[in-house]
Amino acid sequence: MIADWPLRWSWQALKRDWQAGELRLIAGALIIAVSATTTVGFFTDRINRALAGQASELIGGDLVLTSRDEIGAGYRNAAEESGLVHADTLAFRSAASTDIALEMTELKAVASPYPLRGELRVSDQLFGEEYVTTDLPGRGEAWLDTRLMQQLGIETGDVVNIGALTFTVTQVLTYEPDRGGDLFNIAPRAMIHMDDIPATQLLQPGSRVTWRLLLAGDLTAKEDFRRWLANTDSDDIRVEDIREGRPELRTALERAEQFLSLAATVSVALAGLAVALAARRYTIRHLDYCAILRCLGASQRFVFSTFTLQLVWLGLIAGGIGVGIGWLAQHGLALLLAGLIAGEVPGASPVPAVTGLAIGLITLLGFALPQIQQLRNVPPGRVLRRDLGPIPASQISVYAIAIAALAALLVWQSGDIKLSSFTLLGLLGAGAILAVSAWLLIHLLSHLRTRVGVAWRFGLANIARRAAGSTAQVVGIGLGLTLMLILTVVRSDLIAGWQERIPDDAPNYFLINIQPDEAAGVAAFLRTGAGIDTKLVPMVRGRVTAINGEPVNLEDYPDGRPRRLISREFNLSWANTLQEDNRIVAGRWWTDEDEQPLWSVEEEIAGIMGVGVGDELTYSVADQEVTATIHNLRWVEWDSFNVNFFVVANPGVLDNYPATYITSFYLPAKQRGALNQLARQFPSATVIDVDTLLIQVRRIMDQVVLTIGYVFGFTLLAGIIVLLAALQSTHDERRYETALLTALGAKRAQILRGLAAEFTTIGIVAGVLAGIAASLTGWLLSEYVFQIPYAIDWRIWVYGLVAGIGVVLIAGLAGTWKVMRHSPLEVLR
Amino acid sequence: MKGTTIVRAESLGKRVSSPAGTLTILDDIHLEIHAGEVVAVVGVSGSGKSTLLGLLAGLDLPTDGRVLLTDVDLNMLDEDGRARLRGERVGFVFQSFQLLASLTALENVMLPLELANHADPAAEAREQLAHVGLAERLGHYPNQLSGGEQQRVAIARAFAGNPSILFGDEPTGNLDQKTARQVMDLLFKLNEERGTTLVLVTHDMSIAERCDRTLTLEGGRMVTPKAA
Repeated sequence: MIADWPLRWSWQALKRDWQAGELRLIAGALIIAVSATTTVGFFTDRINRALAGQASELIGGDLVLTSRDEIGAGYRNAAEESGLVHADTLAFRSAASTDIALEMTELKAVASPYPLRGELRVSDQLFGEEYVTTDLPGRGEAWLDTRLMQQLGIETGDVVNIGALTFTVTQVLTYEPDRGGDLFNIAPRAMIHMDDIPATQLLQPGSRVTWRLLLAGDLTAKEDFRRWLANTDSDDIRVEDIREGRPELRTALERAEQFLSLAATVSVALAGLAVALAARRYTIRHLDYCAILRCLGASQRFVFSTFTLQLVWLGLIAGGIGVGIGWLAQHGLALLLAGLIAGEVPGASPVPAVTGLAIGLITLLGFALPQIQQLRNVPPGRVLRRDLGPIPASQISVYAIAIAALAALLVWQSGDIKLSSFTLLGLLGAGAILAVSAWLLIHLLSHLRTRVGVAWRFGLANIARRAAGSTAQVVGIGLGLTLMLILTVVRSDLIAGWQERIPDDAPNYFLINIQPDEAAGVAAFLRTGAGIDTKLVPMVRGRVTAINGEPVNLEDYPDGRPRRLISREFNLSWANTLQEDNRIVAGRWWTDEDEQPLWSVEEEIAGIMGVGVGDELTYSVADQEVTATIHNLRWVEWDSFNVNFFVVANPGVLDNYPATYITSFYLPAKQRGALNQLARQFPSATVIDVDTLLIQVRRIMDQVVLTIGYVFGFTLLAGIIVLLAALQSTHDERRYETALLTALGAKRAQILRGLAAEFTTIGIVAGVLAGIAASLTGWLLSEYVFQIPYAIDWRIWVYGLVAGIGVVLIAGLAGTWKVMRHSPLEVLR
Repeated sequence: MKGTTIVRAESLGKRVSSPAGTLTILDDIHLEIHAGEVVAVVGVSGSGKSTLLGLLAGLDLPTDGRVLLTDVDLNMLDEDGRARLRGERVGFVFQSFQLLASLTALENVMLPLELANHADPAAEAREQLAHVGLAERLGHYPNQLSGGEQQRVAIARAFAGNPSILFGDEPTGNLDQKTARQVMDLLFKLNEERGTTLVLVTHDMSIAERCDRTLTLEGGRMVTPKAA
C-alpha cells in the first residue's frame, strides 16, 4: 500500500463527512473547547502578568536586584541597554534621635525616579489625611512613618538627628509601595535623599547596608535583562521575587488562580464530554461504512489509522479556529481590564495558542479514539447481517483512556493537582451517581406506564426500552447541567463567600507594641473612644534555635525567603481556642487536658522548616529556651486581615515571658483623629495602617470576578453543545420511530405529546440529579479547596429541575420537529 | 483453471449462543466449488444461506470445520489476513447494494482497487462502470441513482480488480422483476466474459435454474447436492 494513501484517504473522508454533516457537532465542541481554554489561557496569562505587575508595586519595580555591596555601574548600563529604567535605593539600620528620645530606625535613602512602580503617600501631619505624592524628600529633609513619629514624640516641622546630620521632618510617610516583608518585624522608617548619605557619615566599612537596584520596563526588556543577568557572574546579587511580599496578597493571588483554574478545568471537562458523546454517535453511524471497507479488503490498521488521521485533521482545523476565536476574544479583555489595572495591560504571549491546540488534540483523541477504536473491530459479516455490532471494547479500557486524558488535561490546564483531583473525583463520582440513580429512576418510572395516559405511556416506554441509551443520555445531560450549575450558582456563591471574608469593615489598622499594663486601657479607649470592641492578643518574640534538639543551621536552608524566615524573630502567641479564620490541616487542636508544651504551626512555614506534627521546636525567648512539640499544623486565611501568627502555643508555655499585645480593628476614615489621641495616651503603642493593602486585595478579587464572568460565556456554550450531543445520541432512532408512527397513522399532536413526555422525564431526572451533584461538588470545593464557608442552597435543585426540563424539552422537540415536516417515506427508505 | 477447486468446505458448522441456549445455524456442511462454476445456494428463510455465504467468503469464522478458499485455510488467517484475501480474490454483490453513501459511483468502484494498491484505480473503475452501462453516471451519489443502477455500480465494484470468485447475496432481492432480470443478465454476462466463479444465494428459482448447480439448505444442513 502506498505510503500516503491513508493520509489522502483520511483527508478526503474528512471532507466527505463534513459535507454530510457528520462532524459538525464534534467540530463545534472542539472549537468551543479550544476557544474557551485559549481564552482562559490568554486571559490568565495576561491577568497574571497584570497582577504580577500590581504585585511588583510591593517591591517598587518589576525586577529588583539586592546586594550587600554597592551595585556596580555595569548592571545599570545593561539595564539601560535592555531598555529598562532604573532607580537606586539603600537601606540600613540606624538611630534617629531628638533631644529627648532615641529610636532605632530602618533608614532608607532614595533618589528620583524612585519609585518605579506604585506611589508614595504622605500626610502633612500625624494621622492627618493622606495623599499621593510624586515628590521625594529634598536635601536636608526627612520623612518619618507614623510609628517613628509616635515613638520619637515629634510633629512635622520638628527636627531629627540621623548620623552627623540634622533633618527637618517635612512629611509623615504613610505608605511606600516597596515596604514588603512583615509589617511588624521591620523597624520604623525614616526616608531621606540619597545625596545626603555621605554627609551623615553613617556608611562605614562593614556597615550592614542593603543596596537595591529597582528596574522597570516592558516584558521583552525584562527578559532581555534577565538573560544578560543569567550569563553574568553575580553571586552577590539576589533577584527579589514579588511573591515574597505580603502573605495577605499571596493568599488572595492563590485563590484568584484557583478560581480561574476552576473555570478552565470545567470548560475542558465539558468539551471532553461533548466530544465523547458526539464521537459515540459518529461511530455508530460509521459501523456499516467500516463493515463495507473491511469486506472489500481494508485492514484493521487501515480503518483505524484513517479514522485517527481524520480526527487529527479535524483537531488541527477546529483547534486553529478555536485559537483564532480565543485570540480575538481576549482582545475584549484588554478593554474590560483597562479600568481596573493601572497602566497598560500586558500583551498575550503565544504560549496559550500552542497549549490550546494541544489541549484540543488531546481532548479529541482522548475522548473520541476509544470509540473510533471500535470501528476497527466491526465484523465484515455486518454487510450480511446488520445486527452484528463490533465486539465491544473493554469498557474499562475505553473509560480509562478518556479518564487519563481528562486527568492529564485538568492538571495541565490548572497546574493545581489538588483542584484537579477534586474536580476529577467530583466528575467521576457525579457520573457514577448519575448513572446508578438514572438507571433506578428509569426502571421505577417504567412501572408507572400502566397508570398514565397514552402520551406518557409512549414516552416512558421509549425511555425504558432504551434503558442503557437513556441512562447514558441522563448522565451526559446531567453532567453538563451539573457543570453549568457549578459554574453559575456555586461559583457566585463561592465568590460571594470569598468577598464576604473581607467585609467593608475588615480591619484596616493594626495596633502593636501595647504594653501589658496598658492592654486594659487600650481596650477601654477603643471601646469608648471609637466604639470598637476588639480582642487584644498577647505576643512574645523568639528566634528558632533547634529542631528536634538539633541546632538550626541557616546554611541548610535555601537562600532567599526560607532563610530569612528562619533567621528572623518570630512573633509567638498563645491561645486556648482555634481562631475562626484558621483551619487545622494536620493533627488536632489542644484541649484543657493537653498540659505538655505544644505548638501549632502555620502549614507553609512548617513546610519551609521541614517539620510536621510530633516534631520538637525550640525557640529562644528572652534569652531562655522554650521547647514544645508540634501538635498541629494550621492553614491561615491571611487575607482576613485579622491578627494571625505563624506559631501559637497552648496556654501556659509562654505566659510568663515578656509580652506585648497586638490587635486589629476597622476605623472609618473620618474617625482617624481618634488615633492621635490614642498615640498621646499610650505612647508606646504603635498604629499600622493596612488600608492600602486591603484595597489591593479587593482589587484582585474584582478582577477575578470579572475574568470568570467573561470566560463563563464560553463554558456555557460548551455546556449547550454537550446537551445537543446528548440529545443527538438517540436522534436517529427517534427519527425512525417518529416516521414509523406517522406512517401508522399517528397524529402529529399525539407524537409530540409522547416525545414531550419522554423529554420531560429525561429532563426531570437529569435536572434533579444535576442539582444534587452540583451542590455536593460546591460543598466539597468550598470545604477542601477554597476553604471558604459555603451553605448548600437548595434552590439549586429547583434551578437544575427547571433548566433540565427546559433545555431537554426545547432542544429535543426542536430536533425532532424537523423530522415531522418531512414525508415519513424519506426516513423509512 | 476451470475445474480446480476454488472453495472447499469441510464439516462446516456455525453455532451461536442465545439466551435460549445454543442455536445451530449450520451443521456439518461439506461442499466443493470449482473454478468457473456458477452455483446457487437456495433454501427457505432462516435455513442458513447467508451464514454459509459469509463463512465461504471469509466474512465470518465457523465454530466447526474449515473453509479453504483458493487453497488457503481461512481458519489459519487472522482478520487482516482474511481482509487481504478478500481484497485480492473475492468480489461481493449484496441485496442492499452496500454502496458507501458519501462516495460517488466512481469512488465506490475505485475503493477496492485503491485498497489493493491498483496502479490506476480511476481508469479501471471508469472502464468497469462503462461495462455496466453507467459511463454517464460516474459523479452521481448512490442516493441519486435508481435501485437497478445502484446494483449495477455494486456489480462494477465486484468485478473491479478481477476477483477469482464472486459472492452474491440475494442480488436482486430489492429490485423489481424487470430490473432484476436486467441485473442478472449483466451479472451472468460479465461472469461469462471473465470466467469468474459465481456463488449466488437466492430465493428465486428462475435464477437458480440458470446456474450450473444448486445447493439446497434446510435447517442448516445441506440436502442432496444436485448437479445441474
